[in-house]
Amino acid sequence: MSAKSKSEPTRRDFLYIATGTMGAVGAAAVMWPPIRLMSPDASTLALSSIEVDVSSIEPGQAITVKWRGKPVFIRNRTDKEVEEAGAVAIDELKDKEARNQNLGAGPATAVNRSAGEGKENWIVMIGNCTHLGCIPVGLSGDFGGWFCPCHGSHYDTAGRIRKGPAPENLLIPPFEFISDETLKIG
Amino acid sequence: MSGGHSEYNPSNGFTKWLDARLPLPRFVYDSFIAYPVPRNLNGWYTFGAILAIMLIVQIITGVVLAMHYVASTAGAFNSVEFIMRDVNYGWLMRRLHANGASMFFFAVYIHIFRGMYYGSYKNPREVLWILGVLIFLLMMATAFMGYVLPWGQMSFWGATVITGFFSAIPLVGTTIQEWLLGGFAVGNPTLNRFFSLHYLLPFMIVGVVALHVWALHVTGQTNPTGVEVKNMKKETVPFTPYATIKDFLGLSLFFIVFAWFVFYLPDYMGHPDNYIRANSLKTPAHIVPEWYFLPFYAILRAITFNISIPFTDIVLINSKLGGVLAMVGSIAILFVLPWLDTSKVRSASYRPLYKQFFWVFVVVSVLLGWLGSKPADGGYVIAAQILTAYYFAHFLIILPWLGWYEKPKQVPPSIADAVLKKKSTAAQPAE
Amino acid sequence: MKPIFSKLTGLCVVVFLAMGVSGAFAAEEGETPHYPIKKPREASWSFAGPFGKWDLGQLQRGYKVYTEVCSACHSIDLIAFRNLSGLGYSEAQVKAIAAEYEVTDGPDEDGEMFERTAVPSDRIPGPFANDEAAKASNGGALPPDFSLLAKARGVERGFPLFVFDVFTMYAENGPDYINSLLTGYQEAPTHIEISEGTYYNPYYVAGPSLAMAPPLDDGSVTYDDGAPETLDQYSKDVSAFMMWAAEPFLVTRKSMGFKVMIYLLIFSLLLYLTKKKIFAGIKD
Repeated sequence: MSAKSKSEPTRRDFLYIATGTMGAVGAAAVMWPPIRLMSPDASTLALSSIEVDVSSIEPGQAITVKWRGKPVFIRNRTDKEVEEAGAVAIDELKDKEARNQNLGAGPATAVNRSAGEGKENWIVMIGNCTHLGCIPVGLSGDFGGWFCPCHGSHYDTAGRIRKGPAPENLLIPPFEFISDETLKIG
Repeated sequence: MSGGHSEYNPSNGFTKWLDARLPLPRFVYDSFIAYPVPRNLNGWYTFGAILAIMLIVQIITGVVLAMHYVASTAGAFNSVEFIMRDVNYGWLMRRLHANGASMFFFAVYIHIFRGMYYGSYKNPREVLWILGVLIFLLMMATAFMGYVLPWGQMSFWGATVITGFFSAIPLVGTTIQEWLLGGFAVGNPTLNRFFSLHYLLPFMIVGVVALHVWALHVTGQTNPTGVEVKNMKKETVPFTPYATIKDFLGLSLFFIVFAWFVFYLPDYMGHPDNYIRANSLKTPAHIVPEWYFLPFYAILRAITFNISIPFTDIVLINSKLGGVLAMVGSIAILFVLPWLDTSKVRSASYRPLYKQFFWVFVVVSVLLGWLGSKPADGGYVIAAQILTAYYFAHFLIILPWLGWYEKPKQVPPSIADAVLKKKSTAAQPAE
Repeated sequence: MKPIFSKLTGLCVVVFLAMGVSGAFAAEEGETPHYPIKKPREASWSFAGPFGKWDLGQLQRGYKVYTEVCSACHSIDLIAFRNLSGLGYSEAQVKAIAAEYEVTDGPDEDGEMFERTAVPSDRIPGPFANDEAAKASNGGALPPDFSLLAKARGVERGFPLFVFDVFTMYAENGPDYINSLLTGYQEAPTHIEISEGTYYNPYYVAGPSLAMAPPLDDGSVTYDDGAPETLDQYSKDVSAFMMWAAEPFLVTRKSMGFKVMIYLLIFSLLLYLTKKKIFAGIKD
């Protein structure tokens, strides 16, 4: 293989390139199964939806359920809390996105953060602080919502980040009310 | 063979800088690129590289399987089935790992027999050979403990039987057995420590393999003629590309066989009983180890008699201890093989008698394996006893005697001569 | 040289004689009969061979046979309802199948276990709460779980069949055994004594008779797809279903194997040509 082979690949070079490419493709292909093996398995994915009976949650009460190994806050807010949340202008918010997986993109209005028209009193959120994943404490903090004691993030009554290191509003998982009593998460 | 001098020439500033601090590229270059190998190596010499790759395959598949495996008597069986059913590509990884063990042994047996045929263990490669036998022993321990992990019936009863060997040791046997098991019988502590050791030992194998390769690079490879390299220029070729491409080809062909079993016959080497959850109150009808242990298992079971002081009833070695000693001895004898073979000639190509005895030995080993899979009764035991006697006679009587009795053929003066002669006869097939 | 040669041959003769004698001994010891009395009959299966595919209609029929007959005694612990999509059922059908079952869940806030309708992620509940209950209801014999049975049963093939099997890819020992067993019940020959409460079956692997009464008969299950309602058909269908339960990735495995084989063959050929080219460069 002299200078000549650089400009014009010979048949021998073609053979070497073909063999080398084949080997590289094979090597890349065998890496995939062991990498893929580490992602969530079929039984974990099958458990991805749960149904919760919410009929006994009175206004002002909240429960925490476990969904996909994470806490989910389900809170039946009082009218006062809903009102407080609605009174905040979007411009005042640190994170203006709704972070509601049922909606896609949208502004973080009080309605967008709740279970929707007619069910504004309900708020369903994943209870992991968007900073580093600790669980915020309810009915505390400077805004009457949630407060994360780990690094001092304050959320308001609609779970929006108002103060502290957390970058985003608490995430709202996909959920729907199957009936007035039953909430399906996931 | 590579001696002390190195032909590595750092090409740029960084490699020069690194070479003065950590000459890793130089090491790789000298060991795997410029390293001279005899030019007349045949396909049987690719099994070393195949084994190295199989060790890596086993480690990678094993590490990812361990991410989903549960080492407890309550969870082990189900976790393996969970891997087979729910984990992404879990079935593939487990099939590769389980059949990979079989293929690993298949390759190691070829590698060992190749060494025996070409006399690779002889001066000055005794340490190289001994390290190899050590790797073989570690492999056996690893494979045995790995087989216990799925916690099927064969796992459990295999573990019970094999750890029972230790109870054969006089006086302290039972104590040692209980210490190994962490209990009075195979149970949760046993399973946990086997898992721990099964994870540890392969890395120890990697360490011994490094020594094995080091020793190889000190003495240089043998070759089918058994004649040492005399003229580096004429008789060797650089490892890359010559040995590399051959190893890749061998590996690819070997993987066809491997894939055949993994994808089409994944349970061929296994035993149906291992799909039954371990039950400590029910022994399977026949306890059979994995195929690669069968010859040694046959030797173990061949000793059915006590060894007494002649004309007295004083038992020196009872049959249980005798069986264990015979089995251990059948492997331990490999350590001293370099000194049992007294012939000055290395390769069987120039030893007409040894060549025949070699093949008889191969056949005897295979037959012992077949007997190991048969129930231990009647004629099978007698056959196993005869073959066991022959197995030991091969090492202890035939090899030393052959060195003295056999008249070897004319050994070519050099590799170059042998290669040229072969080429000229090939050119004139009429001869 | 000659005498050594003859000695060697002599040795081989001795070895093989010994093997022959041993074989004869083994045959004499055949007083205690070896089971099974008859080797399993080999049926043809859609999933056999390198291009094996499931016959989904057969699997669904087999599942029907299982639910209507076998499941009275046999559990299938490792199978969840969601797995049934592998039989060709849609998500809605799987949900509907699951909804026919009740499973125990809990504890609730009061610490009580409760019954609820099953969902696809639940395992198919078995007929008995535990092994002891199963034994108690079956005269002391434990009906084995179905999940892995098709891989946990198999009759040793023996020499030389086991060598041929490597090349013919015969891996259907389990379904062949189950199929033979289910269709193999018959009157016990007069010279074989059967213990009370067991049924003679020459295909049974662990003795002349087993505790399970013949479970299937012509017409015992109604098929909706027009397949013959015969014992033979039931037996084949349920055996195929059990193979699926034991190895749900069988077809995936084989089709991936084909791709891997093609790859390896082409790669080997390329490597061989490359090797030839490289070695052609060596000069003497």
